[in-house]
Amino acid sequence: MKFDTPATTNPIDQLKFVGKPTDRIDGKLKTTGTAPYAYERHDVVPNQAYGFILGAGIAKGRISGMDLDNAKAAPGVITIVSTLDMPKLPRSKMNIACLFGGAEIAHYHQAIALVVAETFEQARAAASLIRVGYTRVQGKFDLAAEANDASPAGPIDRVGNFDAAFQAAQVKLDEQYSTPDQSHMMMEPHASLAAWDGDKLTVWTSNQMIAWGKRDLATTLSLPEENVRLISPYIGGGFGGKLFLRADAVLAALGARAAGRPVKVALTRPIMANNTTHRPATIQRIRIGANLDGKITAIAHESTSGNLPDGKPETAVAQTKLLYAGANRLTSMKLATLDLPEGNAMRAPGEAPGLMALEIAMDEMAERLGLDPVEFRVLNDTQVDPEKPDRPFSQRQLVKCLREGAEHFGWNKRNPKPGQVREGRWLVGMGMAAGFRNNLLIKSAARVRLGRDGVVTVETDMTDIGTGTYTIIAQTAAEMMGVPLDKVVVLLGDSSFPVSAGSGGQFGANNSTAGVYAACMKLREAIAQKLGFNPTDIEFADGKVRSGDRSASLAEAAGDDGLSFEDGIEYGDLAKKYQQSTFAGHFVEAAVHSFTGETRIRRMLAVCAAGRILNPKTAHSQVIGAMTMGVGAALSEGLVVDKRLGFFVNHDLASYEVAVHADIPHQEVIFLDEVDPISSPMKAKGVGELGLCGVGAAIANAIYNATGVRVRNYPITSDKLIDGLPEMV
Amino acid sequence: MKPFTYERAKSPAQAAAAAARNPDAKFIAGGTNLLDLMKLEIETPKHLIDVNGLGFDKIEPTPDGGLRIGALVRNTDLAADERIRRDYGVLSRAIVAGASGQLRNKATTGGNLLQRTRCPYFYDTNQPCNKRKPGSGCSALGGYSRQLAVIGVSEACIATYPGDMAVAMRVLGASVETVNADGTRRTIPLGDFHKLPGTTPHVENALTPGELITAVTLPKPVGGTQIYHKVRDRASYAFALVSVAAVIQRDGTGQVAIGGIAPRPWRVEAAEGELPRGAKAVAGPLLSGAKPTDDNKFKLKLVERTLGAVLAEAKEAKA
Repeated sequence: MKFDTPATTNPIDQLKFVGKPTDRIDGKLKTTGTAPYAYERHDVVPNQAYGFILGAGIAKGRISGMDLDNAKAAPGVITIVSTLDMPKLPRSKMNIACLFGGAEIAHYHQAIALVVAETFEQARAAASLIRVGYTRVQGKFDLAAEANDASPAGPIDRVGNFDAAFQAAQVKLDEQYSTPDQSHMMMEPHASLAAWDGDKLTVWTSNQMIAWGKRDLATTLSLPEENVRLISPYIGGGFGGKLFLRADAVLAALGARAAGRPVKVALTRPIMANNTTHRPATIQRIRIGANLDGKITAIAHESTSGNLPDGKPETAVAQTKLLYAGANRLTSMKLATLDLPEGNAMRAPGEAPGLMALEIAMDEMAERLGLDPVEFRVLNDTQVDPEKPDRPFSQRQLVKCLREGAEHFGWNKRNPKPGQVREGRWLVGMGMAAGFRNNLLIKSAARVRLGRDGVVTVETDMTDIGTGTYTIIAQTAAEMMGVPLDKVVVLLGDSSFPVSAGSGGQFGANNSTAGVYAACMKLREAIAQKLGFNPTDIEFADGKVRSGDRSASLAEAAGDDGLSFEDGIEYGDLAKKYQQSTFAGHFVEAAVHSFTGETRIRRMLAVCAAGRILNPKTAHSQVIGAMTMGVGAALSEGLVVDKRLGFFVNHDLASYEVAVHADIPHQEVIFLDEVDPISSPMKAKGVGELGLCGVGAAIANAIYNATGVRVRNYPITSDKLIDGLPEMV
Repeated sequence: MKPFTYERAKSPAQAAAAAARNPDAKFIAGGTNLLDLMKLEIETPKHLIDVNGLGFDKIEPTPDGGLRIGALVRNTDLAADERIRRDYGVLSRAIVAGASGQLRNKATTGGNLLQRTRCPYFYDTNQPCNKRKPGSGCSALGGYSRQLAVIGVSEACIATYPGDMAVAMRVLGASVETVNADGTRRTIPLGDFHKLPGTTPHVENALTPGELITAVTLPKPVGGTQIYHKVRDRASYAFALVSVAAVIQRDGTGQVAIGGIAPRPWRVEAAEGELPRGAKAVAGPLLSGAKPTDDNKFKLKLVERTLGAVLAEAKEAKA
């Protein structure tokens, strides 16, 4: 189904199932521990062996030698696959660093061997007996030091004349901000179980993007793509860390081939940060010029990040192209070559770190103008793409998000002068930020089967990474086919199913359900045709098909053989004609201990405008989860680079501090009533990343309002505050 | 993890004898730290002697009015004990400021004293570490040292003692009771228990090989306002950047011990005389001789300010 004109009224608008706060249909499996994750697939093939990955002990250089003798002789060892056994494996489309093969070390904890043994403990113990000799090469590890030598990453985007307008502006801001490298640190580590049947490979894995994973595994192992099957029905979180093929899948496959039996491999927590991808650190310069009336006349956002050769920049300036009005604009990115692990997407790549900087800058600018931060943003709202004013936003309710948020949060009680509100030894402040994340359109297909029992089965390679995909797809199919939820079966995450959008970039929900919509439409038409019903006045409800005074049950329509149809959604150029984005207003109240600089978040509110909310319950969970991630980003998360040795030092969950329960206060989420007929037949957009975008800055701004200390380098820890806190009394 | 043998000791004598027979043995009680370190092969005992059956699991009054806490008393039970909560509140508060409920259910009094450092270079076996591998060098010096020690350090090691419980015990003047392989018993003041690194950072405490902790004794209660203030990067489940354990009397006198800044709970009795004059006055002598890195020099100020917060709270409490 080609979607190239705005949606009109369609069966989804009935909202009998879609839009309802439905419990997760997989909830019972999750809460009873019976949803089988990749490493737990004991049932699918017999005789499984365990693989343990050894990571490189240096950041850059070559392996001069490997002594496997002691490891091979260790109890239980079946085989060892060494990186020296083979040349560098072909690098697949989505990988920046080679995943295995050859003597060259490009980053710390790069996989250099897999020990396969009868038990996990035996494999791990044997791995420690491998002796590796290295020839170290000094690498580049310090983004700040390399920033001056960074290369332009794409053209400088200019509108009007930024330099002249900034020069002439009555009020100016020119500040530098930084965000650290971050690690996804999802609960379930990367894990795969691989089994060969002749030259055909099946991998039970944990991957957000099944079709990419299948293609990239085939490339890496030089197999025909049709010989590879990926199965990933349950995923214990990803946040972008499982968008790509990683060493677990490759080495499980290599290990299984070498061992002659199925092998499963999970990354251990301490190697995840350096072996896999991370969100790259940024250094951002923002300049804003405005007239005394508060209208922005000039805005520039420049960001520098680093990556391995062939890597991409963190697109931290993306939102600045679209978020605020202003006739004179400049955005640009630079990319430094670093020999750190592979930088790549983490939840809301670009916008998450970009807004952490931009929305502090807006707060600073509002203060310089003597304007309320909400009013300053409202004043600079735009309903069109500021770079291409003939492109309107499909929907843009940012102002309403901000106004409604301010009203609901009690923003008018905020003292605009920082450092004024005390409760005992705590300094209390409020901060806010705009949230913004683009809505991405990606084609997505599904197969829908109607059985003789009237059960509707949906098959798509779409994934549920904890987001609620199973449930919203079931709601969509129920709505389209007029059956209750318990008559819908959803099967996901199998590369033998039609290719979906996958999970990432908050594009999963809208696109995958739109794909199911398309397949259901085909099925509806087939049913109408089979029954000889008039397709224009056909109604699917209560397990029946009705047209005029004729009626049949779905089971009858299915017949003995059932019906099965596949279709997908494909998009025309609506995304070119209209800018599709999602918007939020984030509000935070924070308290900072006036002696110690400890920060405690007290209240958080997000008001989101993101098209139709397919399931307010799962969407709410997505947003509060994202807000929680924003607390971590603001206050404690950051991979620390050892600039001499070239690796992320705090590579476990004790030292990479994500937010814990005690950090998370009262969280509230409001979804504005919105449908976006430009986005898809579902009229929905993404929301899972929007909930993160802007949160960090709202916290930073609340801390500033509480203390008067402006911190521009995340995370905002005690040590960055104490020098600016009041004298002890 | 290296393969190891395992036995359950039924008496202190049996435990001691087993330790004497196996020079590479370790005692195991809760195992919350030891097992993690064994998985990473930072600890590689060839034999484990499980001491959980030795019965040191009671909290009993001592003749001089204090308490004897058996080495096997679980952190959860110790923190919840009525006498501890009433008379030694700082200890109860320190314990619940550490780890998680699940870990505290398992962790023991004796084991907690032996908790090893959380220096990230100690944990990464690819990196040199004098504590893990004597003579290999210290990666933390010149590396990432924000969490690490600012005082009591040496050129060989800047690791901290990471725990909370011992910081409170130190301020309370606790002592450690032990039994040796030959059956001899001794009492070690907690202030002498943890060793400064000097040139031998792998030697972390005063225990001799095979010596087993049987109890920690607390002197009779001293009253006062008892506070444990732990500053860390998140609100729970993190090791201290700085923690202050304090007992402050109505007249402003008292005792303080600091966690998170040294290879042992840091207490300088001479500095405590300055307590009535405030945090700044105490911090000077308390931190005299500190050798921070650029990464962690903020801790000096943070100690002073956390101490200030504690003294302010104590003042309010007695007002």
